[in-house]
Amino acid sequence: MEEMEVVLLTGLPIEERRDFILTKGKQKRQLKCDADSVAGSVSQRACVYCGARVVLNPVTDAVHLVHGPIGCASYTWDIRGSLSSGADLYRNSFSTDLKEHDIIFGGEKKLARAIDELVRKYRPKLVFVYSTCIVGVIGDDLEAVCKAASGKHGIEVIPVQSSGFIGNKSAGYRAACDALMRLIEPGEKKYVIKSKNINYLGDFNLAGEAWIIKRYLSRMGVDINVVFTGDSSYAALKKAAGASLNIIQCAGSMIYLASRMEENYGIPYMNVSFVGIEDTSNSLRNIAKAFNDPEMAYKAEQLIEHETALVKPAIQRYREKLEGKKAAVYVGGGFKAVSLIKQFKEIGIDVVMIGTQTGRPEDYRRIGDLVDDGTVILDDANPAELEKFMLEKGADLLVGGVKERPLAYKLGIAFIDHNHNRKHPLSGFIGAVNFAEEVYATVCSPVWNYI
Amino acid sequence: MLNSTPKELIERAGGAINPAKTCQPIGAMYAALGIHKCLPHSHGSQGCCAYHRSHLTRHFREPVMASTSSFTEGASVFGGGANVKTAVNNVFTIYNPDVMAIHTTCLSETIGDDLPTYIKATEVPEGKVVIHANTPSYVGSHITGFSNMTKAMVSYLAEASEENKKEQANIIPGFVNPGDMREIKRLAKHMGVKSIMFPDTSGVLDSPITGQFMMYPKGGARVEDIRDSGNSRITLALGSYASADAAYHLERKCKVRAITLKTPIGIKATDDFLMTLRSNFVKEIPYDLEEERGQLVDIMTDTHYHFYDKKVAVFGDPDIVAATAEFLLSLGMRPVHVLTGTPGGVTGASAGGFEREVKEMLDQSGVQANIKAGGDLFLLHQWIKNEPVDLLIGNTYGKYIARAEDLPFVRLGFPILDRSMHPYLPIVGYKGAMRLLELIGNALLDRVDRDASDEDFELVM
Ligand code: SF4
Ligand code: SF4
Repeated sequence: MEEMEVVLLTGLPIEERRDFILTKGKQKRQLKCDADSVAGSVSQRACVYCGARVVLNPVTDAVHLVHGPIGCASYTWDIRGSLSSGADLYRNSFSTDLKEHDIIFGGEKKLARAIDELVRKYRPKLVFVYSTCIVGVIGDDLEAVCKAASGKHGIEVIPVQSSGFIGNKSAGYRAACDALMRLIEPGEKKYVIKSKNINYLGDFNLAGEAWIIKRYLSRMGVDINVVFTGDSSYAALKKAAGASLNIIQCAGSMIYLASRMEENYGIPYMNVSFVGIEDTSNSLRNIAKAFNDPEMAYKAEQLIEHETALVKPAIQRYREKLEGKKAAVYVGGGFKAVSLIKQFKEIGIDVVMIGTQTGRPEDYRRIGDLVDDGTVILDDANPAELEKFMLEKGADLLVGGVKERPLAYKLGIAFIDHNHNRKHPLSGFIGAVNFAEEVYATVCSPVWNYI
Repeated sequence: MLNSTPKELIERAGGAINPAKTCQPIGAMYAALGIHKCLPHSHGSQGCCAYHRSHLTRHFREPVMASTSSFTEGASVFGGGANVKTAVNNVFTIYNPDVMAIHTTCLSETIGDDLPTYIKATEVPEGKVVIHANTPSYVGSHITGFSNMTKAMVSYLAEASEENKKEQANIIPGFVNPGDMREIKRLAKHMGVKSIMFPDTSGVLDSPITGQFMMYPKGGARVEDIRDSGNSRITLALGSYASADAAYHLERKCKVRAITLKTPIGIKATDDFLMTLRSNFVKEIPYDLEEERGQLVDIMTDTHYHFYDKKVAVFGDPDIVAATAEFLLSLGMRPVHVLTGTPGGVTGASAGGFEREVKEMLDQSGVQANIKAGGDLFLLHQWIKNEPVDLLIGNTYGKYIARAEDLPFVRLGFPILDRSMHPYLPIVGYKGAMRLLELIGNALLDRVDRDASDEDFELVM
């Protein structure tokens, strides 16, 4: 075995964390990932329910009922910026608000009542019932309650098996995809498969991103059948099996669903990424290629040329100001991490530290191929690690989620949210400009001069 | 977005729609952050801890550190004893706090983890402290959790080590912002009274930027001070829900007399707070504070006609809501809908009579109102549809109702996720009352300006 370069973990004496961190060097060992956090660590990781909710939440006209004590529902009340073009039922918070009595005697009756009341009030076609940790322990039969409610009201009531302790966020994605598979099962009905009709998986329409992609594709003559799950609805999801191709943006959450759909309905899938100019362009080309349609390929080229020309000058302006700055990245999925590295390159920024919460081994391999030597790569980092490596590597900017923002600021490091709190769409060509502008606005803000 | 809320009130039994509360552990976590060099520890799955930290971070815009037992399926079957042991060990080796404050979660409560026994069986490094509170979220609310962790500070730390009580007062501030805690301390200091405040998140969750990340910022109640609280002459519990339990526990344990007061929001509650200090420590009210009070009354008289007879809906945490309602009454306003998500009479709150307390207050002023403990925002919205108001006061979640009903809206309480000054600028004391007056007055007058027709649009108001 070749020598591997091990990071000096002074100040981070916890043995078990060592396998989760590495520095890109001549040769590397396999980074350990997708394992549970260590007891007693300040982990940034979320739970199964969290993952499931992220994926399903953008289904706009569903009742999202959280079966559990109040907290799990409170913390997920409308915190994701998924936009809707129609219904807004998903922005309410519904909880069975379990009390001591329910914990002792079981919560099934209360759940059934909650469904009855909500159905009467809102007349939804679809109810998702999320199970939380405690439901797994008290042993409520979600499946049975949902089935009964479904029969009673003549609508779909789908249980989401998202008890939190059986894994991390990735397990939640899976639970959500299982729920979606149940929903889209066409049953007897056969859909006429239209030839240029695709499903777009893994875009939650944050700040309206899915709409941007929809417009690009329509210019190429491709219709989006349904987006999983940004701005989706019961009716749209029901037609999912009628697509001729699935494209996946956020592989972490959706690859499982795509492969199940391939298995069950023979819909092929391909990965795409609309983060950054390079990846956006390649993705559009690849879609045209997948349809084997020269006309479409031509339109794609035209679109790419046109849009690139539109945004290039702006990006060039930002690039001049940002050239040579260094970024640290800590995001949820590995796929996004990969795209971010490329996107930073487009604006002249090197990524010096990169980590994910749920990256898979193959993601880390790709990351390893893309970054320069010396870049620190880590899985499920805690704040002390983030701090240490950002300072050590001289990062000017951190890309992260809600918990990382104040940490970066305290260190005098700029920050952008590439998560659910993003305020501008970061997808596609226009997104690349927004991204550059956001990076510029924070990295070059005058406030840093006063620290 | 809430356009589908029906006006018609129907009894509901199937849980909450748009809750006005959250779960115990987050309150316990917040309280624990009010101890200097303390790392809160969440005994349960990692997800709960992540949520609580994110939520606190959104409200305070500060890093919030807490560790978790990271339960896996095994722990949920065999109990989390082993996790506690590993966690204690790891926490002190890696993060090196002085205090580790463990709270439970729904999960560890349901599987029946016996924390005191686990803690006893675990080796804690010399000079370090582990405390714990049981915080099952299916009981009470985040306020209960705050109360329980504060009580744990008393149970584990307070000692009556001296024969005679010292000339000092304990102040338990309740679930308020660090800026409020600072202001309460300032008032006590101006009165010349030595005070011990716990928990005290000032200097922790409103700490200045230094270019360095401090895992344990400078602020927070010192362990030796909390120990010494057993030697104080009195404890002022500000807010019966969040603070009374710990105060009475201290009274039982160390014979420190407990006095429960309202959270000092508004003129009357601030008067009561200062007068209690005065009567117990025979101090004169210093001129500075008299001056502040005089200024406040001056402002109130200058502006009272803006407030007269305005109908208000106020919701949030029980102590804050009760005190705010009192202040609204002193302005001549009518709080016609008063709601908290925290259920009444919960374990952990020795004085759980929110509905009764508010009703008495409103009756005295001849105001008819809807009052509810354990309510949700769906209900509040229905009330407002049935009896419209001129102003809504509450946490960020009120913005949906404010938008649906086109109401002026003042953000107050926890959490506030869409504005940013609240952790720093107090709403307690005379200064805080001035700030509230400004917030309320501006909300009402901006609305008048917005709605005025050209001929009614006035320069001087
Ligand atoms: S499980 Fe309990 S402690 Fe965890 S978030 Fe839900 S309500 Fe809160
Ligand atoms: S109880 Fe489970 S599902 Fe709920 S927040 Fe905690 S870890 Fe997640």
